[in-house]
Amino acid sequence: MRLLAYFRSAAARFLRRPQVEEEMNEELRSHIQHRADDLERSGLDRAKAERRARMEFGGQERFKEECREALGGDFLETLVKDVRFSLRVLRKSPGFTVVAVLTLALTIGANAVVFGILNAVILRPLNVPRAESFYGIQRVSAWGTYQSYPDYLDLRDRNRTFEGLAAYNIAAAGLDAGSNPGRVWLYEVSGNYFDVVGVKPYVGRFFHGSDEHGPNSAPYIVLTYKYWHTHFQDSRGVVGRVVELNKHPFTILGVAPPGFRGTLLFFSPDFFVPIVNQEQVDGRNSLDARGAHLVFQVMGHLKPGVTPAQAAADLTSIGFWLEKAYPKDDAQMTFSLARPSLPGDFFIRPVRAFVTGLMLLAGLILLAACANLGSLFSARAADRSREVALRLALGASRNRILRTLFTEAILISLMGGAAGLWGSVILLRGLSVWQPAPRFPIQVPVNPDAKVYVVALVLALVSGILFGIVPVRQVLRVDPYQIVKAGSTGTVGRRITVRDLLLVVQIAICAVLVTSSMVAMRGLVRSLDGNFGFERRNAMLVETNLSMSGYTEDTAPAMQKRMINAMETIPGVTSAGLVDNPPLAEGWKPAVVFADATTDLRPANVAAEPVCYSISPGYFHAAGTTLLSGRSLTWHDDNTAPRVAVINPEFARRLFGSVTNAMGSYYKMRDGTRVQVVGIVEQGKYTTNLAESLQPAMFLPILQSPSTETWLVVRSNRDPQQLAAAVRSALRNLDRGLPVFTTPWNKGMDGALFASRVATVSLGVMGMMGAMLSITGIFGMAAYSVSRRLRELGIRMALGAQRKDVLQAALGRALKLLALGSAAGLVLGVLASQVLAAIVYQATPRDPLVLGGVVLAMLLLGLLATWIPAQRALSIDPLRLLREE
Amino acid sequence: MSGQAQLLPGTLDLLVLKAVSLGPLHGYGVLLRIGQISGRALLIEQGALYPALFRLVRQGLLEASWGTSDNNRRAKFYELTALGRKRLQEETDGWNRLADAIAAALAARPEEI
Repeated sequence: MRLLAYFRSAAARFLRRPQVEEEMNEELRSHIQHRADDLERSGLDRAKAERRARMEFGGQERFKEECREALGGDFLETLVKDVRFSLRVLRKSPGFTVVAVLTLALTIGANAVVFGILNAVILRPLNVPRAESFYGIQRVSAWGTYQSYPDYLDLRDRNRTFEGLAAYNIAAAGLDAGSNPGRVWLYEVSGNYFDVVGVKPYVGRFFHGSDEHGPNSAPYIVLTYKYWHTHFQDSRGVVGRVVELNKHPFTILGVAPPGFRGTLLFFSPDFFVPIVNQEQVDGRNSLDARGAHLVFQVMGHLKPGVTPAQAAADLTSIGFWLEKAYPKDDAQMTFSLARPSLPGDFFIRPVRAFVTGLMLLAGLILLAACANLGSLFSARAADRSREVALRLALGASRNRILRTLFTEAILISLMGGAAGLWGSVILLRGLSVWQPAPRFPIQVPVNPDAKVYVVALVLALVSGILFGIVPVRQVLRVDPYQIVKAGSTGTVGRRITVRDLLLVVQIAICAVLVTSSMVAMRGLVRSLDGNFGFERRNAMLVETNLSMSGYTEDTAPAMQKRMINAMETIPGVTSAGLVDNPPLAEGWKPAVVFADATTDLRPANVAAEPVCYSISPGYFHAAGTTLLSGRSLTWHDDNTAPRVAVINPEFARRLFGSVTNAMGSYYKMRDGTRVQVVGIVEQGKYTTNLAESLQPAMFLPILQSPSTETWLVVRSNRDPQQLAAAVRSALRNLDRGLPVFTTPWNKGMDGALFASRVATVSLGVMGMMGAMLSITGIFGMAAYSVSRRLRELGIRMALGAQRKDVLQAALGRALKLLALGSAAGLVLGVLASQVLAAIVYQATPRDPLVLGGVVLAMLLLGLLATWIPAQRALSIDPLRLLREE
Repeated sequence: MSGQAQLLPGTLDLLVLKAVSLGPLHGYGVLLRIGQISGRALLIEQGALYPALFRLVRQGLLEASWGTSDNNRRAKFYELTALGRKRLQEETDGWNRLADAIAAALAARPEEI
């Protein structure tokens, strides 16, 4: 009932506003008339009576305002009024509005983008049913999540804490579905994979654990929705079709649902095949090798009520048993659980650190923007102190004035937030379809969801409140009487104010960003022409995998010899060689080696874990790798000859103490074969992390450790495109069905430079935003200080001050703050760069170019920011100024 | 002006309800009525009355309608609603209890303790 009355009154206020207002006026008028009637009766004449009645009544406007508040409905109405008023005020100073909205759009947009990435990569669970209980397992001691297949079977059958454990591997294969043979990326999965994950087929059926009957017993394919859509045109008739995978017949069973793109976030496969058919897909079979940790990931749903810690303990107890049962193959079998969407903690940690760091930086920039806009706002509030004073004198409450100021702030922040969000959504969508590595189906699915929108909105509101709050104290202090009487008082404070501190902090942040982005940029440039132990210029990488054409490790070498010969006969080719996987490409091969004296070949006794390459004799020549001593490998190093290897200095140091000791010495492989060192080549970079520490590496003759993976390195001065065409046709003459991919070696390094590039670009973008913010901040402060001291400066000029003195008086403080902030930021930036060194190769701040660059950039920034205020200070006309004020 | 007391905060609403309960009144009439029933002892700022009236209407305690006053002028007349009557009763009881309690407390003498 009361509520009803409230709403009726509020609605009436809102809907019939003019009428209500009119009634209120009439009522007050009627009151005064009645009072005047009484006064008239007591003997006053009518005019005097009315005047007296009005005076007795008091400030009509104030009471009307109170009445409006009492009526309710005022919140909405005041809001509409405030918004209208604010829009009017903002329209009057378009420069300020544009700067403020743009600043916020950039900073909130940046935050939304970074949060979108954080959300997609770290926060959002995998798109599987009951994702909260879905875990991958990893060995604590090893990097990555690799297990051996026999170990997986034991873990699967012996654990009591998982509903089921599934395993998968990522592989590439050649698919021939009738037309062009091409490379496909697929998951080799355990038969129970779909049942363990809990997805249901979209079309047809899935395979199950019961379909596995030993090696190559389940030639089945389950397509992902995307591949079905793009390659089979959504045809339901695809079920039951037989296609050739690496020349082996496989039957398509069904299609996975649309949202399911495997269980690894960054990698969307084309289809799934049972892991028991590994030999047909990979060209080799490691299903029986307990020591070969080649299964990429093992994962499953925890049973209800089981905690991850309990499950890890359960698995570790199986691990102890495995260590005892298979001492030769298994050691350090302590397990922990990890998110299955990313491959293990060793991967998650740096990603999380990087994204969190980026988020922190974005937040800092937003804070800087708020500080900046806050000081701009209070400068405006000061400029408007006369208006505020007038409104206060006319009966506006301080609350009401603060509310209009806040409305302005929130309005600006919402406009900025909306613009920023719009930009970030476009960017995130673009990022989601971007394929950073053309060889791999790697995607960063960072499509924005509701969380991103909410965060952007909250950030906008919070920042609006943050910078809206800055001028509050100033408004509360306003004494209307003083200001109306004397005009705004230009008190020139010498003490350090909060605003100065904010500006220094902001300049420091900007300097940190500028420093680290310059460090990153220099590191990147240096790593582009660094020496990695091979010569990338004038070399072409030709990627093939002979298993896609049905070759095995036994039949491949003959074909590989013919391929190298074919390359060497191409006109203009100076040399050609072969490697099973080139350095700095994704997917390097780690191996373990033992000292020659070791007889107990258990994992604990491993002497080194070198990166392992199988190469043809011509490889070093073609790759431009310098032989330091000894000999290179030859075609005579075949499986009838003694096992030999060429190693790098780090390998020699780790196993033999020195390079000289190493020549001619022996070491042991995992299977116990003795290998003699016949040559030593220069140290290089091998994994995709350019910032890696010195890695041991060994190069084995391709005839002694065969591989179907075949990368040809072709050195030539010919134009890359012509060369690529010649290479293709030469290889097609050898085998028509072999998929071939060519890239100049320079581009083949994209994977290795990816992290550096991402870091450099994001730091650069942030540095630029920081610089922009600092410019507006310094500009705001300098402009403010000039406008507040115009009169003083005018007097100084009238008394004979030189331009230099005027400039110093007007801008000295701003420049001092700039110097202070830059110095602090430079020091912090140098410290921060040490973190960067882990991501970007050769990122060091101890570089005169970087230090000079930072100083120059900050100087430029100061010049830019103070140019206009300086001009204004210099163009003061003392006569006019003194006359007017 | 001596002999007039300032209103305690919150008591204006009660006085307005009481005044209106004695018969429909326009704003100025409410003032006169309060003056009359309080023996001219209470000082009410004229303008301050209206926010109170609007508030009471919003709370559904009063109902307003336009009419003609004794002076033959248009005026807005206020009447107590059922809810208002109930509220007046409650507030009156509450006030009386408070007044009694305070009177008793103030009348206390040392020998009674």
